[in-house]
Amino acid sequence: MYKDCTILIPDMCTIHFSLFKSIFEEHGYNVEILRNEGPSVVDEGLKYVHNDTCYPALLVTGQMIDTLKKGNYDLDKVALMMSQTGGGCRASNYIFLIKKAMKKVGFGQVPVIAFDLGSLGRGGGFKLTLPMINKLLIAVTYGDALMLLNNQVLPYEVNKGDSQSLVDHWIDKLGNQFLQGKGYGLKDIRNNLKEIVKSFEKVPRLNEVKIKVGVVGEIYVKYSKLANNHLEEFLIGEGCEVMVPGLMSFVMYTVNNSVEDVDIYGGSKIKKVIAASILKYLDMYEEMIISAVEKYSKFTPPSSFMHLRTLTEGVIDRGVKMGEGWVLTAEMIDLIQNGYENIVSAQPFGCLPNHIVAKGMMKKVKELYPAANIVPIDYDPSATKVNQENRIKLMLAVARENLDIKIMDSSDGKKHSDLKEYLPKLGLKTEKSLK
Amino acid sequence: MRIGLDVGSTTLKSVVIDNNDKVIFKSYERHYSKITEKTVELLKKIVDECKPNDYVYLAISGSAGMGLANRCEIPFVQEVYATRVAVGKLIPDTDVVIELGGEDAKILFLTNGLEVRMNGSCAGGTGAFIDQMATLLNIDPGEMNELAKEHEKVYTIASRCGVFAKSDVQPLLNQGAKKTDVSASIFYAVVNQTIAGLAQGRELKGKIVYLGGPLTFLSELRRSFDDILKTEGICPEDSLNFVALGAAYMPESQKLNLKSVIDRIENYSGKGEFVSSSSLFANKEEYNEFIKRHEKGKVLYGNPDEYNGIAYLGIDAGSTTVKAAIIDQGENILYSKYLPNSGNPVSIIKDFLLEFYDKYPHISIRSSAVTGYGEEIIKNAFQIDYGIVETIAHFTAAKKFKPDVDFIIDIGGQDIKCFKIRNGVIDNIFLNEACSSGCGSFLQTFAGALDYGIEDFANLGIYADSPVDLGSRCTVFMNSSVKQAQKDGATIEDISAGLSSSVVKNALYKVIRATNPEDLGENIVVQGGTFLNDAVLRSFEMEIGRNVVRPNISGLMGAYGAALYSKNSGGDKSSILTKDDLQSFYHETKATICKLCNNHCSLTINTFDNNRKFISGNRCEKPLAKKTGKKQLSLYDYKLKLLDTYKPVKGHRGKIGIPMALNMYEMLPFWHRFFTELGFEVIQSPGSNRKLYLKGQHTIPSDTVCYPAKLVHGHIEALLDEDLDAIFYPSMSYNFDEGLGDNHYNCPVVAYYPEVIAANVERTRETKFIYDHIGLHRPKDFIKKIHGVLSKYFMGINISEIKIATEKAFEEHYSFLEKIKIMGKHYMDYAHKHNLPIIVLAGRPYHIDPEINNGIDKLICQLGAVVVSEDSIGEDLPEVHTDVLNQWTYHARLYSVAKYIGDKPNMNLVQLVSFGCGIDAITTDEVREILEEEDKIYTQIKIDEITNLGAVKIRLRSLMEALNQGKESETNV
Repeated sequence: MYKDCTILIPDMCTIHFSLFKSIFEEHGYNVEILRNEGPSVVDEGLKYVHNDTCYPALLVTGQMIDTLKKGNYDLDKVALMMSQTGGGCRASNYIFLIKKAMKKVGFGQVPVIAFDLGSLGRGGGFKLTLPMINKLLIAVTYGDALMLLNNQVLPYEVNKGDSQSLVDHWIDKLGNQFLQGKGYGLKDIRNNLKEIVKSFEKVPRLNEVKIKVGVVGEIYVKYSKLANNHLEEFLIGEGCEVMVPGLMSFVMYTVNNSVEDVDIYGGSKIKKVIAASILKYLDMYEEMIISAVEKYSKFTPPSSFMHLRTLTEGVIDRGVKMGEGWVLTAEMIDLIQNGYENIVSAQPFGCLPNHIVAKGMMKKVKELYPAANIVPIDYDPSATKVNQENRIKLMLAVARENLDIKIMDSSDGKKHSDLKEYLPKLGLKTEKSLK
Repeated sequence: MRIGLDVGSTTLKSVVIDNNDKVIFKSYERHYSKITEKTVELLKKIVDECKPNDYVYLAISGSAGMGLANRCEIPFVQEVYATRVAVGKLIPDTDVVIELGGEDAKILFLTNGLEVRMNGSCAGGTGAFIDQMATLLNIDPGEMNELAKEHEKVYTIASRCGVFAKSDVQPLLNQGAKKTDVSASIFYAVVNQTIAGLAQGRELKGKIVYLGGPLTFLSELRRSFDDILKTEGICPEDSLNFVALGAAYMPESQKLNLKSVIDRIENYSGKGEFVSSSSLFANKEEYNEFIKRHEKGKVLYGNPDEYNGIAYLGIDAGSTTVKAAIIDQGENILYSKYLPNSGNPVSIIKDFLLEFYDKYPHISIRSSAVTGYGEEIIKNAFQIDYGIVETIAHFTAAKKFKPDVDFIIDIGGQDIKCFKIRNGVIDNIFLNEACSSGCGSFLQTFAGALDYGIEDFANLGIYADSPVDLGSRCTVFMNSSVKQAQKDGATIEDISAGLSSSVVKNALYKVIRATNPEDLGENIVVQGGTFLNDAVLRSFEMEIGRNVVRPNISGLMGAYGAALYSKNSGGDKSSILTKDDLQSFYHETKATICKLCNNHCSLTINTFDNNRKFISGNRCEKPLAKKTGKKQLSLYDYKLKLLDTYKPVKGHRGKIGIPMALNMYEMLPFWHRFFTELGFEVIQSPGSNRKLYLKGQHTIPSDTVCYPAKLVHGHIEALLDEDLDAIFYPSMSYNFDEGLGDNHYNCPVVAYYPEVIAANVERTRETKFIYDHIGLHRPKDFIKKIHGVLSKYFMGINISEIKIATEKAFEEHYSFLEKIKIMGKHYMDYAHKHNLPIIVLAGRPYHIDPEINNGIDKLICQLGAVVVSEDSIGEDLPEVHTDVLNQWTYHARLYSVAKYIGDKPNMNLVQLVSFGCGIDAITTDEVREILEEEDKIYTQIKIDEITNLGAVKIRLRSLMEALNQGKESETNV
């Protein structure tokens, strides 16, 4: 079933989702990734989703309705797909909210498919098979690598557009490989990753020092341009390098929760063993990226999930498993340790887990890492871009000051902590003050 | 020469300094959103006065300056950072800067780790807020400052959002609270908002500097900060211009040619690239047709000079206006008034009556009724015959225009009221809550900000070519959207029309949450002052795609309805004060705090002539002289008392503290018994109140979390003040599994708030703060787990002790639940016997905390119903098939009970929802659907820190009224 209709999937991480599309197509599904933006998307969402519900639910629903209303699809030959997570966060209700909205708007006949990694073999007409899941996880691996490299190359590229065209090239190339059933073997992956890293390493880049900004947050808002008002583009425009932690760590976090659950509350040991072995398997993919980056380039490699797991000791318990849970806090710490001390924490307004793992942990993180410069930004239909950007700019002004002082310190070997001393020098174009 | 400009949300500020950093020019003015014009004017003035060289250093700062700077290629400095630079240079030993602006609030921590913060998505407690409040009091902020100096007491005003605070302030005024006290209370609210929203766990101490307009101009605001922070902050010279100074100080590598900068700004105009919708009227004919159509909905006016005889009076003492109508026996209006409520409705009505008596001594008032926020005080002051709830008043009036009306929407000054009518009974009520502002005063505020009168401003919209699409959002943020649209070239006409349509969208999509016109009804009557605005009316018709009826007395409907009501109610003689009575009319108010119970309500005692008294602000009838003597049965009360029986029992292992917050309202019996068995003395934190909340306020990291969670901080602080051996507050992903849902989660906040406490309340590190993750859903595993946990903190607790304690604890838990059920049955039996309606007041266990529920259970009792909770319904509850994922224990109960009462005629459900509860966004819709399937009325009450119950009362009274009418119509059939 669903093979004769078009499956519409709202975009999240653009690179990854482009790769997913090819895999779906290889398996005979016709897939469109929804990338429509604009006020009509938000308006439709506002109309058909309870306004106090999280912004992501509102946006994906809005995107779907907006698309269907434009009438480009035969309503009897189209289906919607949305990822289904479990757990105590209300995000687990997205599918149901979408179904409700579709009924309300009069598209009740359009099936809504829950994309749930846990639903192996179940899930009505859409059969998620083990090989397909594996392929999607491999696409996550490629996607994470491409995103990481693009983020480290794009801000510095000499010729504007180099990095993006390289990303496009690889999406094409990998997509073609997938269609031929290639690119999935361990050897293929290793080889592809090597070539990917090498190709980015070759892009001519300026030797500048830029403000390094990390982005953490609720999974959808963190990645989706639509939700975060093109946050990455804005930051790059402000002269920053941006690090966005990969999708794999989130996937592994959800798997890992089964391990933690058994540890904390007791329960099936088999469940724990299975989860642990899946983790081990996924860790292998992560390690492949890390080793390729380390071997063939000087780029900052991503941190593995297994490493993230060691970072929250004494900060937050790994029992915190709703929403992004403890892994968000771990990502903040990891970013800081890797020199991305300036962090935007992007969250939907009123996001419950973020009260705990983001805003709730900022004080502790700052105690441990005084250099941390974190700004939480709320996203919802009534927050304006100007307002958000202004707050980010404030964070960046502090970041620039910190960077200037660091540069001054390193140039004469002294500590410049007295405000009066460095104030006159502030605002220097940092790019120019470096060799 | 260096020029710094600060383009704020409402004002434009500048500073020019010479090469020795001496200030040679400064300015401060309102810009009325004419940013480019005003900036050019200012720069030209600087050229004239300062005679700069061609090339100068120039930087722009300020929230409204970013766009201008970008497009005109002028260096931009983020405004908070500009402050940081200026303070660093001028007052280098500053520890903390507090800066309030038009729409922003900022705190800068300069020592011990630079941190700068500004308000996020909520802009309560800023200059705009103070302005709004002053408008409400009908004075300017300066006068407010003077009044505050004379204050005697401070009321609690919600400090989060301007919209909220308004709904606190208005009832205070209506009940006769003194302006002096209200003024001071507003300043205190601003201080609390700043601390709660921005300090987020960091203490404000050391040398504190106050900057920005409000703190410069309002000495009492500074004093309030000093008072609450226990400090003495300084407000330096040039405190208005620090941002501009900072911008001027920022070194830039390149000088700018001032002339070409001025040129660039002057020539910069938007390209008309804003999102717009189609114009309201295609042409003049369409407009005329529209006007003609609406002239049909008419009430006739009688001539009071010619009329001799009996008349009926209706008064609507609304939030921003007071309306009164006197009708003759043919229901024609003889005399009416529509007056702004300048804070004291009593004197307005007194003048109205005197005028009427003077002018028309030949007309006698046979009966009278009053409705609206000021109902009670007016009724008492003038001995009005009937007090009726607003919904009834409006319905009565609407029927006059359209007997088969099935939907009424009333957009007034500050509230939106909508109700559906089914079978002649008010069925479903929608009121704007919390964040969904966007009513009449919203348009008024904008008109004022753009320097227009409200009527002129509204009329502009009719002829707009391309109304701006502003979406539907909070007033505060609408400001920035409007500014953006202006920059993009939208005309005032476009903005006016856009705002009208956004009021409509707000009502439709946020308050009613309608998806199509069928949701509303077929015969729609619109009313309220805001609909007098043709642009709003037209937008409404366009948005729902259906014509509606707007009575010609749209603004007067409440009063007219009240008059009709008094006419229909019969009676031979009105008790209303006569002309003679009014000659000796006397009214005085006194504020006091009720000491009869722990709630410590702020009471206002109104004294009238002949020693007549009226007390307001009370939540129960204790302080009233006359008591009804009826039994008030609230299971919330019972549960609270039951929990209070878990007293400390001395033990050999020491004292362990438990915060009475969130899930502890249900877990206490379990943990109390468990630890008591183990030989611990279990100490509960004290009952919640405002003071306890304030005690913990400074450590709250997220200002948008729900109030019940915020209260945890206070409870922990209170426990930390006791001499305890440990505090026990476990993290719990899972709740008890009651088998009603697919899973049994706690919500993320309940589950993990202990983690937040550990991370943010530093003092917890000085004691044994036990916040490990624990589950009770697998009792056997629990024993092992808790043994491990406790062994980390205490020596020599062995597993067999724990086994026994666990067994007893589970027994205690079930016995606690059983007791509630037994009492529930008892209450319900009582209700059946005495034929009283039963209200299931549904919520979370912690909603029994009177500080959280604001005494709503008592209010329902006062209205004559018996209150039970969903966990007191003893019969086997059905597992409900829901359209949503049913996986939270508390919510599963909710769905089951909603289903259960479906076929019980005397039972209804009222759902309490804490503001900010993300999960209730899902449950409320679901519960509504379950109830409506069974033809039940769904009533939701959103609660927050607010202590005033005005809107809640309307809701509940309307519900009771609807239930009564429903009963009557059933018996009539």
